[in-house]
Amino acid sequence: MESELKIRLETVNFFYGKQQALKDISFEVYKNKVTAVIGPSGCGKSTLIRLFNRMNELIPNTRLEGKIRLDRQNIYEPQVDVVELRRRVGMVFQKPNPFPKSIFENVSYGLAVNGIKDRDYLAEKVERSLKDAALWKEVSGRLYKSALALSGGQQQRLCIARALAVEPEVILFDEPCSALDPTATLKIEELIQRLKEKYTIIIVTHNMQQAARISDQTAFLMLGELIEYDLTNKIFTSPSKKITEDYITGRFG
Amino acid sequence: MKMNKSLDQKIGFSLIFSMMLITLFFLGSLVYFIAVRGAGIISWQFLTDVPREAMTKGGVAPAIVGTFYLMLGSVLVALPLGVACAIYLCEYSPKKTIVNLIRISINNLAGVPSVVFGLFGLAVFVKFFGFGVSILSGCLTLGIMVLPNIISASQEALIAVPQSHREASLALGATQWQTIKKVVLPGSLPGILTGVILSIGRVAGETAPILFTAGTFYMRGFPKSPLSETMVLPYHIYALMTEGVHPEFQVKIAYGCAFILLILVLLVSSFAIILRQQQRSRYGI
Repeated sequence: MESELKIRLETVNFFYGKQQALKDISFEVYKNKVTAVIGPSGCGKSTLIRLFNRMNELIPNTRLEGKIRLDRQNIYEPQVDVVELRRRVGMVFQKPNPFPKSIFENVSYGLAVNGIKDRDYLAEKVERSLKDAALWKEVSGRLYKSALALSGGQQQRLCIARALAVEPEVILFDEPCSALDPTATLKIEELIQRLKEKYTIIIVTHNMQQAARISDQTAFLMLGELIEYDLTNKIFTSPSKKITEDYITGRFG
Repeated sequence: MKMNKSLDQKIGFSLIFSMMLITLFFLGSLVYFIAVRGAGIISWQFLTDVPREAMTKGGVAPAIVGTFYLMLGSVLVALPLGVACAIYLCEYSPKKTIVNLIRISINNLAGVPSVVFGLFGLAVFVKFFGFGVSILSGCLTLGIMVLPNIISASQEALIAVPQSHREASLALGATQWQTIKKVVLPGSLPGILTGVILSIGRVAGETAPILFTAGTFYMRGFPKSPLSETMVLPYHIYALMTEGVHPEFQVKIAYGCAFILLILVLLVSSFAIILRQQQRSRYGI
């Protein structure tokens, strides 16, 4: 199957103050594929993924060079509406971060802030999103109870449902399973596999088995540099660089 | 020589426990003495009548009403200003150095003696704006006096809202203002209300700031508009204890006033406490 281009990074450099966190990074993310970003702690994985929805802008004193194109449009151009960009590029964070509100309010939040008030539509959308996030069966009877009463794994699927509700094109996962137990992790992984039919997915993970299990493409990052980027299969069976092999075979990291 | 660990812990606990008992004793005895000396005089007439016969008979109703107005009014002044200021400082302001400068000034403002606020209120609200000695001037003066408390409490509360909630909201395509309205403020409301509760207590008890701006120690009726002067409980206590020629009656009335003041603060605070509790359980904080 021919892969369609969704995101393209063109020699991206990123700085926290004077400290350079990402160096000359260029690669392409394909539509309806899962792209994993792996690498040792502090290599810039999270920094990289937070560039796609301009989340790094919340941190003062940061600077970006190069271009990041979403459907050919450079998302860092001044005329780009960052609020609309973030609706198109959703994000699921490392630690489940549901709002201290009801389950329903959590899922409908993104729609509400985009001005949708129709109650029937909201209810339908909430149900659809919770079903897509494989959470509906567990919470359908307590939609108006606090989201904080859910388990960690349920909270993370709630956060996924919340992201799905605004119909993004791309979903960014920033180590979504690092705070979860193996069973909950498995559920999220299965979910991501299904979600790629509709969405383009980029996932940061420190868990190499996870990258191998769920991704189509893998980017290996080290000290802010892109060491290798290829089909996941290729990276994990016959990497072209020695250092990649050392990392994925667990010789360091 | 090594000290027995569990003995050490026992000594520590008993020390802390006895400190707590001492504190409790003082608090308890305060309420007890005020209640014993003040409760006796409380009657329907005392609560609803105006003072009669040179403050030796009748009631203190105008002072109760006046104190209530001032508590409510000053919170109405200080809450919007203080919360807005805290939001600006925590969520919007770009430069950290300026924020710190403003923070230091606000903290210093909190340390200014209340009589200074009284003089300020006299000069600005009573004279310059021409509100005269009135409830309005008193509310504005007291409101400004508790502003630093409200700002600090609100700032603490805003900072305590996890950054991850703001990020989650922004990542869903909410604007910063929507994030503040829908996530940050609801999450910080309990903390802000704590600031309000403390401020209410302070407002109710202060005498100096209203001495020149709102208070009168004798009234035959009730305040009729925000521009009329009013009796207030703390000032009335002060007047009863320092003026007049019938201490045998006046001292009793003063304790009665003190008792009512305690109850009034408790009532108004408990309203805020209930509100805070509702928020907490609603948001599961």
